[in-house]
Amino acid sequence: MKKTILKKPKGFIDVYKHKAGAEKDRTHYCPGCGHGILHKLIAEAMEDLDIVDDTILISPVGCSVFAYYYFDTGNFQAAHGRAPAVATATSRANPDKVVISYQGDGDLAAIGGNNIIQAANRGENIVVFFVNNAIYGMTGGQMAPTTLEGQVTTTTPYGRNTDTDGYPMKMCEVISQFTAPTYVERVSLHDAPHIRKTRAAVRKALQNAKERKGFQFVEVLSTCPSGWKMDPVKSMEWVKEKMLPLYPLGVYRDKGDEARVINRPVPIMEPATVWEKLGISADADVDFPRGDVPEQYKKMSIRVAGFGGQGIMVTGQALASVALEYGYNVSWLPSYGPEMRGGTANCSVNIQDGVIGAAEAVKPTMLLAMNRPSLEKFEESVVPGGTLIYNSTLIDIEPTRTDIKVFAIPITGMADELGNTRVQSLVNIGAYAAITGAFRVEDIVSLLPKLFKGKKQAIIDLNAKAVKAGFDFVKENF
Amino acid sequence: MARMLMKGNYASVYGAAMAGCTAYYGYPITPASEIAESAAALFPKLGRTFVQAESEVAAINMVYGAAGSGQRVMTGSSGPGISLKMEGISYCAGAALPCVIVDIMRGGPGLGNIGPEQSDYNQVVKGGGHGNYRCIVLAPASCQEMCDFTFQAFELADKYRIPVFVLTDGVIGQMMESVVIPEPVKELPDKSDYAVFGTPLNKNLVNSIYIDHDDLENWNLELLKKYKAIEKAEVKFEEYMMDDAEIALIGYGSVSRVLRTVVDDCRAKGLKVGLFRPITLFPFPKNEIAALPGRGIKNVLTVELSTGQLVDDVDLALSGVIKSDLYFRLGGNVPSADEISNKISELYGEVK
Amino acid sequence: MADAKYPRSEVNLDKCKGCGLCIAACPKKVLVFSSKLNSKGYHYAEYTGTGCVGCGNCFYNCPEPDAITVYLRNYDPEKEV
Repeated sequence: MKKTILKKPKGFIDVYKHKAGAEKDRTHYCPGCGHGILHKLIAEAMEDLDIVDDTILISPVGCSVFAYYYFDTGNFQAAHGRAPAVATATSRANPDKVVISYQGDGDLAAIGGNNIIQAANRGENIVVFFVNNAIYGMTGGQMAPTTLEGQVTTTTPYGRNTDTDGYPMKMCEVISQFTAPTYVERVSLHDAPHIRKTRAAVRKALQNAKERKGFQFVEVLSTCPSGWKMDPVKSMEWVKEKMLPLYPLGVYRDKGDEARVINRPVPIMEPATVWEKLGISADADVDFPRGDVPEQYKKMSIRVAGFGGQGIMVTGQALASVALEYGYNVSWLPSYGPEMRGGTANCSVNIQDGVIGAAEAVKPTMLLAMNRPSLEKFEESVVPGGTLIYNSTLIDIEPTRTDIKVFAIPITGMADELGNTRVQSLVNIGAYAAITGAFRVEDIVSLLPKLFKGKKQAIIDLNAKAVKAGFDFVKENF
Repeated sequence: MARMLMKGNYASVYGAAMAGCTAYYGYPITPASEIAESAAALFPKLGRTFVQAESEVAAINMVYGAAGSGQRVMTGSSGPGISLKMEGISYCAGAALPCVIVDIMRGGPGLGNIGPEQSDYNQVVKGGGHGNYRCIVLAPASCQEMCDFTFQAFELADKYRIPVFVLTDGVIGQMMESVVIPEPVKELPDKSDYAVFGTPLNKNLVNSIYIDHDDLENWNLELLKKYKAIEKAEVKFEEYMMDDAEIALIGYGSVSRVLRTVVDDCRAKGLKVGLFRPITLFPFPKNEIAALPGRGIKNVLTVELSTGQLVDDVDLALSGVIKSDLYFRLGGNVPSADEISNKISELYGEVK
Repeated sequence: MADAKYPRSEVNLDKCKGCGLCIAACPKKVLVFSSKLNSKGYHYAEYTGTGCVGCGNCFYNCPEPDAITVYLRNYDPEKEV
C-alpha cells in the first residue's frame, strides 16, 4: 500500500516506558544524532515488513545502550561488545525470529572484535547494524578503532597517530572476507539521497532476516555532533568529506538468490525419546550373581600402573565396569595430565560395597605393575597382606616385599602370543578374576560387546581369548 | 535403573540433558573439556544446541542470550575460564537469568596447572564479578552427584532466577563411577513473564541497567532479599559420624571423600572424629557450623585444596568459640588420609 | 498549488531538538528555524506554510521518531483510519 503519511513508525513503542526520568516521549539522543535517523529507518522497515512482533533487538553498550527504550520488540541489553554472542544464542533459541544486533564502533570493532568476526564466520542468522561514527560517544569522545588518522579525540588529544594507535579499521572489508555472510553493505547518513540508500539497505537486510537467510551486516557511516564538537549540519559534511574517502560505500557481499535458508532442529524433550536417542535403558543393567569372594578381596583399592599405551587406563576402566555389573560400588581415577600423553600412566580403582571415600589408591590393596618403574614406585605403598601382580615379561627385578601376595605373570608376552599386545588389559582382567574370585570368565566375556562398543567380532573374540588366558595362567601356576 | 559407568564431567552433561537443558555454549579447557565434548556428542542427538564459542567470554554471553530466551542453558569451564566469564555471570545475576555453570577447578593462579585445586572458592562463592550478587554453589563429591546436582542446579536456577554453579575439582571431573541416570523432566517451567520470545504478546526486556540511582538501589535490595530467602531454604550439608564426635573435619568436594576415609581410620584408632561436608557453598551452612560447639565438638579442622578460602567461612560461622585449624595442599596435590590423620594427632593428640 | 493543504510538513515543536537537519535537507527551503524557543529551549524547526512537495527528506533526516510528520500529496484525512 502506498504511504500517504510519514509519521512515527509502528516499530517504535508509543510511550517509552523503560526510559528513566520524566521525558518518556522523546529520545535520549543528542540533537542531530545519527542513531535517531537509523532507528527510524529500522522501525519503519519493521512496520512495513510486518516483523515488529517477530523481532528481538539486542542493544549494545554505547549511546545505543538504550535502543530498547524505543523499539516495540523483544529486547536484550548486552555487555560491551557481546551483542553478537547474545544474538547467536537468542537466534538459536528462536530460529524463526528476526534477531538484530545493533552496535557502535567501539563495541563492535574494539572490545567485541572477535565476537562479530566469529558470529559472521558462523553465519549466524542475525542482522547487524553497525554504526560507525569514528568515536566513542557515550563515554565522552574517546578514540574508536574507526577514528580517522589525525582525528582529535579525548584519548588522541594530538590526533590519531598511526605509529602508536594504528589505522582506522574497515569492518565491511573484514566481514566480507568470510564465506558465510549473506549480505554486507556500507551506507551513509550524510545527506538525504544517502539516507534513502541506507533505508533500502536496512530493508534488504531485514527482508533477508525475515526469510532466515543468514548473516546480514550493514555498516552505517554516521555522525556524533557532540563527540565531534560540531553542529549537526557540519557533521554531515564532515562525514562526506573525511569519512567517505576512507570508507568506500557500496555492497561488499550479496549472495542474492544463492543465500541459503538457515534451519535449526527442534529440541527433543519427550522423556522416552530422550532416553532412546541417547541409548539409555533401564534394562541394560546386568546384575550378575556374586561368587564366593574371600574377605580380603571384598574391599579393593587397586593401583594399575605402567607405560602409556600399555592399556593401563583401559584395564582400570574394565575392572570397574565388570565389578559394577556384580553390584559393587566402583570408582576409577586416572592420574590425569600431560604425563598421560606418553611416559608413565597410572590409575586407581576402588571396588567395594558402601560409600567409596578417597578415590586415589594411596595405600592399595592390590598393585598391578606393568613395568619396572611402576613396581619400584608403588611396591612400598601396598598394604600389608595385599596383592601384587607384576608383568614379568618386562620387569626384570624381583619384588622385595615378603608381607604381600605376589603374582608374576608374563602379561605382555601372553598378549603378544595371542597376536596383539593391545589385549594386555584383558589378560589383566582374567588374572584378576582368577586371583580374587570376584568375576567369572563367562560373565566378563558376555560383557565384552558392551565394553568395547563398535569393535569387530574378531577383536571381541581375541579379547575373550585374552581374558581366558589370564585366568588360566593364574589357575595353572598359583 | 539406568546405570552407567562414566566420568564426572560426562555425568554432569547427562544430568543437564535429563533436566531439559536445550543449549550448551562452551570453550575447551583442561580438566573440564569433556563437558563440552560430551555435550557436543549428546546434544545434537536430541536436536539441542551445542556451540563451541570463540572464547569463554562469548560462551557466557551466549548463555545470557539463551537464558534470556527462556532456555535451560549450561556452560562449563575451569578456573582461568571462569575468571573470564565473571563479567557475563555478573550480567546474568543482574538480569536475574537462570543458568548453570560447571567449574572443574584446577591449580592457579595464572596458568597454574591442570591438577585438582579448590582455589576458585572465593571467586565462585562470593560472587566474583562486579556488583553485589551471589550465585548458588553446589559442590558434588561423586559422579552421581555431578549428574544429580547438575540436574538440581537447573531447578534451583529457575526457582530463583539465578546463576547456579556446580563447583568441583579435577578429581571429580576426571574420575569414573557408576551413575544412575535420572528420568528426564516431563515439563519445563513457564518463563513467559520475563523471557524474550519475540512474539506479539511477549515484549519482555532482559537487562541489568538501572540508570536511576534509586532504581538500582531498589533492585539490589530485591536481589538481597532473594539471597536471604536462598540462605533460609536451600542450605545442604552432609554429616558422617558426627553424633558423638569431638573433632569435626570440614571439607567439600573430593576432599570430603578423603576425609571420610580419615574418619574411618581415626575411628578405628578410637578417635572421636566426624565429617561435616558442606554441599551448598552458597548458601553456606553457617548456622549448622555455628552449632557444632554446642554439640560437643571441641576442635574443627578444615581441609581444603586452597590456602584458606573455605576456612574463612568456617571461622565466620564459629566466631572464635572453639579452636579452628586449617590443613591444605596445593598445586594439584591431594592430601592422603594418613597425612590428615597425622595432622589430627599432631594438633589434637590429647583428644580421645 | 501553493494554497493546497497537502503535501505538508508538520513539526511537533516540543519534540524538536533544533538540530537543523530537516532544514538542510529540504529541497524547497520551506523549513526554517523558529525565532521562538520550545519548552526545551531549542529554536525549533517550522514549516513556512507553503511550497512543500512531500519528498519526505525532512522526515527521514530527522533523528527524533515523531518530531516531524509529513502528509503526502495523496493524503486524505477522510480515508485515514
